[in-house]
Amino acid sequence: MTSWLEKQVPKIVLAPSFFGILIFVYGFIAWTAWVSFTKSKLLPKYDLVGTIQYDRLFASPRWDTAFENMFVFGGLFITIAMILGLLLAILLDQKIRTEGAIRTIYLYPMALSLIVTGTAWKWILNPGLGLQATIQSWGFESFTFDWLINPDKAIYAVTLAGVWQASGFVMALFLAGLRSVDSEIIKAAQVDGIPNYRIYSSIILPSMAPIFMSAFIVLAHLAIKSFDLVIALTGGGPGYATDLPATYMYTMAFSRGDVGQAASSAMIMMAVVFAIVVPYLYSELRAKNDG
Amino acid sequence: MTDNSTYAPSSRQWQTIALRFGLYAILLLFALYYLMPLFVMITTSLKSLDEIRTGSLIALPRDVTFEAWRVAWSGACTGIKCEGLSPYFWNSVQLAVPAVVISTMIGALNGYVIAQWRFKGANIIFSLMLFGCFIPFQVVLLPMAKMLGLLNIAGTIPGLIFVHVIYGIGFTTLFFRNYYVSISQELVKAAKIDGAGFFRIFWSIFLPLSLPIIVVTVIWQFTQIWNDFLFGVSFSQAGTQPVTVALNNIVNSTTGVKAYNVDMAAAIIAGLPTLLVYIFAGKYFIRGLTAGSVKG
Amino acid sequence: MATILDNPILEIKNLDKNYGSLKILKDVNVAIEDGDFLVLVGPSGCGKSTLLNCIAGLEPITSGSIAIGGRDMTDISPKDRDIAMVFQSYALYPTMSVAKNITFGMKVRGVEKAKRDEKLAYVAKQLQIEPLLARRPGQLSGGQRQRVAMGRALVRDPKLFLFDEPLSNLDAKLRVEMRTEIKKLHRELNASMVYVTHDQIEAMTLATKIVVMKGGVVQQIGTPAEIYTHPANLFVADFMGSPAMNLVPSKAKKNGKGYSLTIERDDAAPLILKDDKAQNLPEDVIVGIRPEDIGDAQLRKGKGLQVSDCLVNVVEPAGADTYVLMGLGGKEVVARVQGETHASAGEMMPFTFNMAKVSYFDPKTGLRLN
Repeated sequence: MTSWLEKQVPKIVLAPSFFGILIFVYGFIAWTAWVSFTKSKLLPKYDLVGTIQYDRLFASPRWDTAFENMFVFGGLFITIAMILGLLLAILLDQKIRTEGAIRTIYLYPMALSLIVTGTAWKWILNPGLGLQATIQSWGFESFTFDWLINPDKAIYAVTLAGVWQASGFVMALFLAGLRSVDSEIIKAAQVDGIPNYRIYSSIILPSMAPIFMSAFIVLAHLAIKSFDLVIALTGGGPGYATDLPATYMYTMAFSRGDVGQAASSAMIMMAVVFAIVVPYLYSELRAKNDG
Repeated sequence: MTDNSTYAPSSRQWQTIALRFGLYAILLLFALYYLMPLFVMITTSLKSLDEIRTGSLIALPRDVTFEAWRVAWSGACTGIKCEGLSPYFWNSVQLAVPAVVISTMIGALNGYVIAQWRFKGANIIFSLMLFGCFIPFQVVLLPMAKMLGLLNIAGTIPGLIFVHVIYGIGFTTLFFRNYYVSISQELVKAAKIDGAGFFRIFWSIFLPLSLPIIVVTVIWQFTQIWNDFLFGVSFSQAGTQPVTVALNNIVNSTTGVKAYNVDMAAAIIAGLPTLLVYIFAGKYFIRGLTAGSVKG
Repeated sequence: MATILDNPILEIKNLDKNYGSLKILKDVNVAIEDGDFLVLVGPSGCGKSTLLNCIAGLEPITSGSIAIGGRDMTDISPKDRDIAMVFQSYALYPTMSVAKNITFGMKVRGVEKAKRDEKLAYVAKQLQIEPLLARRPGQLSGGQRQRVAMGRALVRDPKLFLFDEPLSNLDAKLRVEMRTEIKKLHRELNASMVYVTHDQIEAMTLATKIVVMKGGVVQQIGTPAEIYTHPANLFVADFMGSPAMNLVPSKAKKNGKGYSLTIERDDAAPLILKDDKAQNLPEDVIVGIRPEDIGDAQLRKGKGLQVSDCLVNVVEPAGADTYVLMGLGGKEVVARVQGETHASAGEMMPFTFNMAKVSYFDPKTGLRLN
């Protein structure tokens, strides 16, 4: 009897977390999914009525903007952060004497809350007293840098701050990847007289495919969840020009009291994350099991 | 290369020198790009409002004043109340410390079970937890708000601790699992033959081994929880808000004149704990970041 | 094959072990006497380590029984089986000193401190690890770790010692030294041991009894000499011995008054070897002959040795011995001749064949025929 209990201890220890995750992650996703197919408004209702919430969602111009912004912001943010991160990693990989200090400087924004980042950039980018005014005061009277208050440009301001925050981290990922390439392969290539840029483009970068994948996943994940940054930097404005699905969902849930819209927009976010993460997780887990 | 009279660098060497110079110049330029916002925040926070209005964004303060810091800490208005950031800073401390400790302990035990006491289905449970790390939390906001109400901890700090623990378990488990999985299973076998049980083996053998991963996990969790805004803004009420929410309220407070110096001081205060962690334990911070992403 | 023992210290009966539908061990029956040194040997994946883990109680068995010292241990937990185990990775507790590693088990069992210290001192002296007691495992060399792992086992004074490939992480020289040491220890303690290895030389040198396994099935149980001279099937013949036994297809035929074996050759007329044992054989057989049973006819002569000329393909001097390779029956056949041989590649030379020591196998079933 005691030996039976002894054997069950590991399962008993894991059980609370398992049930916790089951309820608070999967149960809650199911709840939100269910509610997204109801007529819920101020309070959740539970009789299914089909896709009216989604019909409403995609008929709403505000959601259209938010949804489009996710791709504009996400696309730019991921691309720029990746290119910048890779560039900095390659530059830092050239036996730089002060590498440690430079790396520390590039990476520190990742330690900050996006609210802090947003507050700082909001101040820097404000046209009245910020960067625009400073450069104008140097004599460049016609210089304009009004992204923050320009509805067509505000999303780029969000991108700028986002890239500032995350690109150092991408650099660290890539730098670790560059360093993990088998040094004998590189030596062999150098002995063969292959020029440096060819060693990077033909040998090192292709072998870093998994790192590109991880960086992409992390950045995509950050982009889709981005909420704090928009709130702090633009508050979704001007108007709702910089709304993202995350801020839309929050507004519906907590300011407008529209549970149905909140649920359906959350489910769309979920679906997008799903589409990106599941193939990745699947291949990761399969690779692990094979090994 | 120092004595040009006897040795003149060839054009090829000049090219190398120029390249190195260019390289350092680019790296320095980017260092300025990353440092500029921090620099601006600090200088702005030390200026008076007058100086801000008349001076340049990137000029050093003429008269250094800590008035903005005092206001940010104990006088700035978040909505109706004007007590500065300090009560909310302590809220964040009271929230982050237990949440970090609890989620790290649970993660250590979970990781130990999954990596060393494998049983049928353990890997499925691990995959479920792992996926839980990736969901956009918006999808659980509504039911969680209801659940906290049901548990009678809505709008309280214990409620926020609960939320952070639940959604932190996935990552803490991942960290410890990946750490323990590289330890030979023979250790558990040897200890079993020595007569030790599940908890004894954990306590006497695995926990003393775990200091590096505990540091990584604690730092990761602390950064995540301290910097969180979404849960804080969704599940707190006036008086229980964490520091990030209060900062946002100060910055966007519409009462009175816009005090940029106070905003900046408040932002630095809110960012300081995680920044200090990064400065003093950067190695572990980066290890957590990469472990949380690469291994995911 | 299984002999009934009067007083077995370990007795495994009809043991099966499955992981789901995967059968890891099939109907294993093994028993050893007190003081035996049993070696489980086989290629990786043959189930030898799983069998050892089953004996230790670290893995549950699907059916059958395991008794240690006459007590049924099938459902008893490892700590109550009166065993000690030495692991491949040594499994030393990394954060504990050597002394604590050795005494941890006693501490868990509530043995009082004075008694613990006494036993520790005794074992440390026996293994000559006294200067290491305060160190951590990370500060020890491979050989020292190995000794500490042994110390942890010795201090328990168990009925049965279990070793799971304990020497495989050591370099070649140290491995030979520790092998001798383990053998000495076995004699001094007169202990019963079960030892897993994939190295057939370790098996031969250490064992009083060898179990050869493959694919979860016991292939043969016997003394090292029995296994070496009378392998039960082609697998055992091929696996035990280095270089391996030559296994050559041949035809058994009546040849005048007696019987003989005909082995085809590419480069010459078929080799014909007389052996009256061939009388009882089917026509198609595989001849198994150890390299040392083929000799250089110019250096070794004797009764019962048949001489025949063969073409030498390769000569590999190895000091005391020289290995001579030739093609017989479509196989590369190795002869182990004296170091001073004059064999040279590309030349015909006479070889002796010791037919008294030849094994015969059925090519279809792989089983021994004589």
